[in-house]
Amino acid sequence: MTSTAQVNGDVVIDVRGLTKSFGGRAVVNNLSMQVRRGQIYGFLGPNGSGKTTTIRMLCGLLTPDSGEGTCLGFDIRKQSKSIKRRVGYMTQRFSLYTDLSIRENLEFVGRVFSVPDPRGAAQAAIQRLGLSGRENQLAGELSGGWKQRLALGACTMPSPELLLLDEPTAGVDPKARREFWNEIHALAADGLTVLVSTHYMDEAERCHEIAYIAYGELLTHGTVEEVVKSAGLTTWRVTGAKLQSLSIALAATPGVEMVAPFGASLHVGGRDAKALEAAISGYRSDPSLKWTPDEASLEDVFISLMSSAQDNFQ
Amino acid sequence: MMGAVSRFWAMLVKEFIQLKRDRVTLTTMITVPLMQLFLFTYAINTNPKHLPTAVLVQESSDAGRSILAAMRNSDYFDIRHVVADEAEFDRLLQSGEVLFAIEIPANFERSLRRGETPALLVAADATDPIAAGSAMSALNAFITSALTRDRFIPGSSEATTFELRAHPRYNPAGSSQLNIVPGLLGTILTMTMLIYTSLSVTRELERGTMESLLAMPIGPVEIMLGKIAPYLLVGLLQTAAIIAAGYYIFGVPMLGSLTLLAIMSFFFIAANLSIGYSFSTVAQNQLQSMQMAIMFIMPNIIISGFAFPFSGMPNWAQWLGQCLPLTHYIRIVRSIMLKGAGWDDMRVEGLWLVGLMLFAMLVAVRRFRQTLD
Repeated sequence: MTSTAQVNGDVVIDVRGLTKSFGGRAVVNNLSMQVRRGQIYGFLGPNGSGKTTTIRMLCGLLTPDSGEGTCLGFDIRKQSKSIKRRVGYMTQRFSLYTDLSIRENLEFVGRVFSVPDPRGAAQAAIQRLGLSGRENQLAGELSGGWKQRLALGACTMPSPELLLLDEPTAGVDPKARREFWNEIHALAADGLTVLVSTHYMDEAERCHEIAYIAYGELLTHGTVEEVVKSAGLTTWRVTGAKLQSLSIALAATPGVEMVAPFGASLHVGGRDAKALEAAISGYRSDPSLKWTPDEASLEDVFISLMSSAQDNFQ
Repeated sequence: MMGAVSRFWAMLVKEFIQLKRDRVTLTTMITVPLMQLFLFTYAINTNPKHLPTAVLVQESSDAGRSILAAMRNSDYFDIRHVVADEAEFDRLLQSGEVLFAIEIPANFERSLRRGETPALLVAADATDPIAAGSAMSALNAFITSALTRDRFIPGSSEATTFELRAHPRYNPAGSSQLNIVPGLLGTILTMTMLIYTSLSVTRELERGTMESLLAMPIGPVEIMLGKIAPYLLVGLLQTAAIIAAGYYIFGVPMLGSLTLLAIMSFFFIAANLSIGYSFSTVAQNQLQSMQMAIMFIMPNIIISGFAFPFSGMPNWAQWLGQCLPLTHYIRIVRSIMLKGAGWDDMRVEGLWLVGLMLFAMLVAVRRFRQTLD
C-alpha cells in the first residue's frame, strides 16, 4: 500500500466507493473522498447522514461492506492497527474515563500510545490546555467546554498525523468554540490533517475544504467558494410585510427550491434562474415587498441540496 | 514488545485507579469474603445438635443403660424412641422420623466383658452425610467414656473394646469440619472474582468509553491482561485473609507449603477471572453478564464437591465438575492444608487449573469485538 501513498503524494485520506449498511439500510453509500495533508476538511450533513459511520470506517472502528482505500497510506481494511497508532479520534460523546482525573486520563492515553514519558507528556498537555492546577480533578466533573478541550488534548498528545473530530463543538458555547477552532488552525499549521464533522455553517467556513453528505451520499465537495459556485443557486432577498404567508406560497411554487427566513427577510432560491424568475414574477409587482438579488450563502446551498437529495431519496 | 508492555501497563494502572475510586466495591472486596467465611463456617455446623434418634434395645443390661444415659446427657442426640422391635426401628429411620439410629444387640454386655469386641450397629440418614459423620465420631467418644466410667471396659487400654458398625444401607460419611474452610475459600473466591471481571468489558461499552479505547492502538490480549491483573492482587489478598482467619480462628491446620498454596491460588484466581472476563465479552450489557456469572456460580456450589461429596455424583456430573476450577481447587486446598500434600501431588490438579484458565482466555480473546460492527 506504500505505492498508493507515493502516487498520491500528500493525500492523507483516499477512499473509494465506501458502503456500509446497518439492518439492510445503507447508512453510507458509495462514498469517495480525498483529503490532502495539512488541510482542515469539514464534513457537513444533517443528523443521521452517515458522517460518524464514515469517520469510524476511516479509523478501523467499522469495516466497510464494500469499497476500499487508504488512510495515511495504510489500507483501511487490513492495516487498521497502523492507522490507529497515527490517528487521534475524538468521539461525538465524551469517551474519556469520568472516574479518572485529568492527569490519569492523559497518562493512560500516553501509555497506550507508548509515548516515551507518559507522565511528562501528560504534564505538558495539561499546561498546553491551560488546566494547570486542576489536573487532579475528575474528568466527569468538568464542564462541557472543558471536557471537549480535554478530549482534544488527549487526541493530540500522542502526536498523531491525522485528527478525526466527530462533532467536537456540539453543545459548546461560542467563546469555547472560537478557542477550539483557533487551536485546530494552529495544529493544522504544524502539518496535522484534520477531518471535522459539524452542523455549524460558521464552522464550515473556517475549513479549507468541505464536503456535504446527506443520506449516506457525498453530494458536493470543494472549497466554500467552489461549493457555493457549483451549486449554481440564484437567490433573491425579500423584505416587507406578511413574509410568513409569502414563504408558504413560494415553497409550493415550481421553480422555487429553497425558501428560508433570514432575520427580517426571506431568502428565495433555485438552480434554474429563469424558472425562479417566472415563479416570483407575480409577487414582484406587490408594492409591499422589496426584492433584491442576493449572493447565495453556504446555508442556502445546503438547504437546497438537502431538499433535492431528499426528493431523490424518497 | 515494549509497546505491548506499555499498553498492558496503561490498562492495569487505569483499572487500579478506577477500582480505588469505587469505594463501595473496594469495601465489599475486603468485608464480604470475611463475612461469608464467618457466616458459613458458623452456620454450616457439622456438629449437629439434637439429632432425632431412635435406639433399638435387644437386651436389658447395665451397659445398654449406660450407653443410653450417655447419649441422653449429650446434646448431640435427642432420643425420641426406644424400641425393641426391629421393624419399628426400620420404619422410624425410613420415614425420616429419626435421622440417627443405634442398635444395642443381644448379648452386648457379655461380649463386652469377655473382650470379644461386640458391634453396635449404627444407621444414619444418608441425606445428611456430614451430620451423620460427625455424630458417628462423637458417639464413639461418648460411649467409650461412659463404658469406662461404669467400668465395663478398662480405661487405659488402647485395645478396641467395642465396634461401631455402620449399617450397610446407609452412608457412613466421614466428613470433617475442617473441610469447610478450604471449601469456602474456593467458593468465595469464585463468586467474587467472577463478578468483578464479568462486568469489565460491558461497563466500557455502556459508559461509551469503548469507542475511544478501540480507536487506540491496544489489542484484545493487552486489554484482557490489564483488566485481570489488578484483581489477581485482590484475589490473593482475599485468599490470605481467609486462610489466616481459618488458621487462627477456626483452627484449620496448615500442613503443606504456603508457597505452593499461593501458586495454586494464583492460577485458580486467574482461571475464574478469565471466565468472568469471557462472559463480559459475550454479554451485551452488565445485566446479562451478571446473569451469566450467577448461572455459572450455581453449579460451582453444587457439583464441585463443596456442598456434596464428589464421589457420590453420577459420572456425567463428575465430568461436568472437572470443568470447574473450583472442583480442582477444593481438592488442592484440602490436600495442602489438611494432608500436607507436596509439589508432585499437585501436578494434575494444577494443570487442570492452568488449562481451564488458558481456555477461558482463548474464548475471551476470540470473542472480543475489535470493531463496532
